[in-house]
Amino acid sequence: MSSTPGDIASIVKSALNAIKGASDLAAIKLVKIEHLGDKSALAKASQSLGSLAPDQKAEFGKIVGAGKAEVNSAFEARVTQLELERDARVLVEERVDVTLPASKLPKGGLHPLTILTNEISDLFLGLGYRVAEGPELESEWLNFDALNIPADHPARTMQDTFFVEPLDAKLVLRTHTSPVQIRTMLENKPPIYVICPGRTYRADELDATHTPVFSQVEGLVIDRGITMADLKGTLDYFAQAMFGPDVKTRLRPSFFPFTEPSAEVDFFFNGRWVEWGGCGMVNPKVLQVCGIDTDEFSGFAFGMGLERTLMVRHGITDMHDIVEGDIRFTKAFGLGGR
Amino acid sequence: MRLPLSWIREFVDVPLDISLDSLESAFVKVGFEIESIETQGTDLTGPLVVAEVKQIEVLEGHKKPIRYVGLDCGEGSIRFVICGASNFEVGDLVVAALPGAVLPGDFSISARETYGKTSNGMICSARELGISDEHSGIIVLPAGCAKVGSDAIALLEINDVVIDAAVNPDRGYALSIRGLARELAASLGLKFKDPALAVDSKKYAENKDGIQVSIGDPTGVSIAYIRTIEGFNPKALTPLWMSRRIEKCGMRSISLAVDITNYVMLELGQPLHAFDREKISGSLTMRFAGGDKVIKTLDGQERKLSSDELVVADSTGPLALAGVMGGATSEVTDSTTAIALEGARFDPITIAKASRRHKLSSEASRRLERGVDPTLAQISTARALDLLIELGGAKYIGSCSAGTAVFAPKVSFDPNFVSKYLGFQVSLLDVESTLQLVGCTIVKNSDSEWLITAPSWRADLLTAPDLVEEVARNIGFDKIPSNLPTGKSGARLSSMQLRKREIGIYLASNGFSEVYNYPFINPKYLADLGFSGDRAKAFKLANPMSEEFPDLRTHLLPGLLQAVVRNLGRGQKNVAIFEIGSVFRDTVKLPSQPIISTEKRPDDSVIKSIYDGVPVQPIQVAGVVAGKLGSDGWNGSVAEFTWVEAVGLAKQIISNTGNSFEVVASDFAPWHPGRCAEIQVDGKAVAHAGELHPRVIAMLGLPERSCAFTVVVSALPVSGAFRAKSLLTMPPAIQDIALVVDEKIPAAQVEAALRKGAGELLESIELFDRYDKLGDGKVSLAYSMLFRAPDRTLTADEVSAFRAAAAESALKECGATVRS
Repeated sequence: MSSTPGDIASIVKSALNAIKGASDLAAIKLVKIEHLGDKSALAKASQSLGSLAPDQKAEFGKIVGAGKAEVNSAFEARVTQLELERDARVLVEERVDVTLPASKLPKGGLHPLTILTNEISDLFLGLGYRVAEGPELESEWLNFDALNIPADHPARTMQDTFFVEPLDAKLVLRTHTSPVQIRTMLENKPPIYVICPGRTYRADELDATHTPVFSQVEGLVIDRGITMADLKGTLDYFAQAMFGPDVKTRLRPSFFPFTEPSAEVDFFFNGRWVEWGGCGMVNPKVLQVCGIDTDEFSGFAFGMGLERTLMVRHGITDMHDIVEGDIRFTKAFGLGGR
Repeated sequence: MRLPLSWIREFVDVPLDISLDSLESAFVKVGFEIESIETQGTDLTGPLVVAEVKQIEVLEGHKKPIRYVGLDCGEGSIRFVICGASNFEVGDLVVAALPGAVLPGDFSISARETYGKTSNGMICSARELGISDEHSGIIVLPAGCAKVGSDAIALLEINDVVIDAAVNPDRGYALSIRGLARELAASLGLKFKDPALAVDSKKYAENKDGIQVSIGDPTGVSIAYIRTIEGFNPKALTPLWMSRRIEKCGMRSISLAVDITNYVMLELGQPLHAFDREKISGSLTMRFAGGDKVIKTLDGQERKLSSDELVVADSTGPLALAGVMGGATSEVTDSTTAIALEGARFDPITIAKASRRHKLSSEASRRLERGVDPTLAQISTARALDLLIELGGAKYIGSCSAGTAVFAPKVSFDPNFVSKYLGFQVSLLDVESTLQLVGCTIVKNSDSEWLITAPSWRADLLTAPDLVEEVARNIGFDKIPSNLPTGKSGARLSSMQLRKREIGIYLASNGFSEVYNYPFINPKYLADLGFSGDRAKAFKLANPMSEEFPDLRTHLLPGLLQAVVRNLGRGQKNVAIFEIGSVFRDTVKLPSQPIISTEKRPDDSVIKSIYDGVPVQPIQVAGVVAGKLGSDGWNGSVAEFTWVEAVGLAKQIISNTGNSFEVVASDFAPWHPGRCAEIQVDGKAVAHAGELHPRVIAMLGLPERSCAFTVVVSALPVSGAFRAKSLLTMPPAIQDIALVVDEKIPAAQVEAALRKGAGELLESIELFDRYDKLGDGKVSLAYSMLFRAPDRTLTADEVSAFRAAAAESALKECGATVRS
């Protein structure tokens, strides 16, 4: 039995109606089987083409093909539409509360002393300084004598310095990172541009502003024609990087055995001058003991406490928080803290 | 050094309207930090008058003695006041606050009814007037010191400014009114009248009439003066102006003779000592103690003498610990009428040592150990004699000196060096005037060579930079411009510095919090954790902060574990912390170090011996996880952190540095003996990781199965650039293999055997299952092997052959059989 073009039109019409009437993706799946599947009326009409005479075949084939195309296109359009409707519904249903905490993700942090040390190192690397480090348990000669702090100097008493037994090995826990400066000068020829960050020790009781174990960063420059203006400019640059571009600094005359002239450097913060560190032109006696020709070279040095810098910059009011290893303190800084 | 502004004004015309801020800045500018500035008397208003006690009625029946006192306040009638003190008698002069007066603390005086009487004012103690802490009684003024009814505010010099200036150790001269007045004058651009120049010491000519003095060893004393007086009135009182000045400087008024020595010391800076002449046998010698063993100082203490300490001795032995403290046997008393006054320039280092040895930091030793102007021995003793004669009615007997004043050498100086060193142009005129301002005299040999003679009080001006500092601080450090020098390009972190930084970031990014622990530990705690052998050989501190932590750490874990305990104690449930730091082990005998000169650079061999005397201090990174890494939350719980992760982290830290490693089982404190991995690089142990020993966990109260790792960062070789393999893109072929093997065979060994047998085309191998319930001491290990050829798709036959070869190798090397 063969279909007529009229049959095809009605088949197409009924398929289009079914497509239109399908209300969801499940329904349209059934519609596809019924109207576009192997056993659908359109498929059967296609199959019957083979038994037609060649002239009929061409004409009838065109009609069937057009019908198929129309149904297919209506079907695709409907599927797309139903999918959009479903997506809209599902995405709304899948909405979550994104403010819920991500508690399972482990949270850690760098200690702010590390963050600050890294930041300062990078700052000075940018100026062409190397970062020099040295041992914390240090030779007394490098920690004191070579820095023009003679044996009877008050700083060398047991009240200020940790000594290690046996005493005749002359070892101390370094009281500053200056022995690293001495090592650098003994091991290298000028020009020398280094900063020396590290842990240092003085026999102070722990309280809100003191700790027997603390961190310093020192800077040393030895070159031809180095002046106090170079020192001032370097400290200004450093202070601005630490406390903001508008920070004011001042130098006050002071005394250190290893520098001459010597100065204290203060910065103005929150309405007051805060003592930041010591500095000065390297005492020629120190250069001489390191074998540096003082006719050719001069230099400056400076040193700051990192804890003080941290406390001022981050509003830390109690030294205990810095030294006690409470993870709440460290975590708050993450990897940067600023 | 505490400075009453009223005293400074004697030598400098400081403007009357100067603000406290300007005063402070003036001192700071020239290098004196100001500890405090007190304005005294602003919180006190009169009437405050000198009154004479006319009658005293003691009121009975009260808890403490109460007096009803009749006072003559110069008003023509007697004024009655209630007084709770009893340190005065009829006829004494006292200080009375009359109704209308306001005392410090906003304490208004008015007539009031008390103890059944009307009190018309108050007799005041020093504390009530805010002039000292003295409150054991009321102030009794020296008889005849002032007219009854006169203003006591002026008499007591209550209105004053007291500046406390910090004096650096190189500026001994500034521990005096003279020194700091000079600095203030220079800073403010004012004229300074030197009190030392006002003293006529020539009128006390040297003779043989008084106590004679000699110097035993000029290395200890360069110059000494002894001046003798008689007929001193021991009852003479210290005048108020003097005692008030001494008190404002923070010392106590003791007796006229002692007060005069202190007053002159405060004014000029030269410590003086007054001996009771009658207690000196023969003449005085200033010498090292030598064989003398003991001295009783005037604080009543018997002190052991060291042979290299300076004493002032007579024919019987030491009378005073020179420059530090007088002796008990020769001190002036309330019956002393003849006095031998000593002023000497002692060697600063000798005094500093003695002061430290006896733990005696006196006003005298503080000045002498910083160096005193050598001209002052002569001048200050004369000044004190003036006062003893004027105020104590004494009669001059004689003077004797020994030694000579030694001054700092002249400095040859190129004045152009100032501009070169400071980095901006300072005119030669300014160089000259500032150096003159500090007291230098200049002989100009040429424009580039000046010969500078430092003033007698500046023994610290020895080099060109010393002189630059004098110029700079007087023109102002604020004039120094700002210039930014830069070093050579190419500066970068060393491999070790980069490595430390990367490890920190890696651990912090993986949930660990960094801590910095003190490196002080307790040896018993270390032993309790199981540390022994070289790992327990700690350096001992000669002077630890506390006896509880006398040693330096040999390892990071003991400190980290204490930090974990602290965190748990503060309510944390999960603690993951790490530290990167040095450890110290006393394992190599250290040579005793000789005294090494600092005159010039030591020889290379000497420098090497200094370096070799410092022990190697390895840098470790260590971490502890107590509880979990991350915490359980609303969306479920986090996996346990076990020995597997601890070992994994240590391995990752090592491979992050580009090093390859091997893992072997280890039994190492403080880890669990069966759950500790040792990680080796080039056959050397560089790390340990695993679960902590259950005994350690119990001892510290840690969560069960807490884990730890340590990597010796400084022991990891710095490898060259990592060599990358080119990535193959042909399709992979995966072969799984399950092996049954004796449970004693380490998995690492099985994996190595598989790798060896599987051949070159094995790209990766992964253990995806381990089953330990087989019994019979066997476990099953299931591996997934991924093969890939560079140039073709592998056939099924090829990969089966690889798998078979791997199995063969595992059988041969580990006795493993393929699980069917």
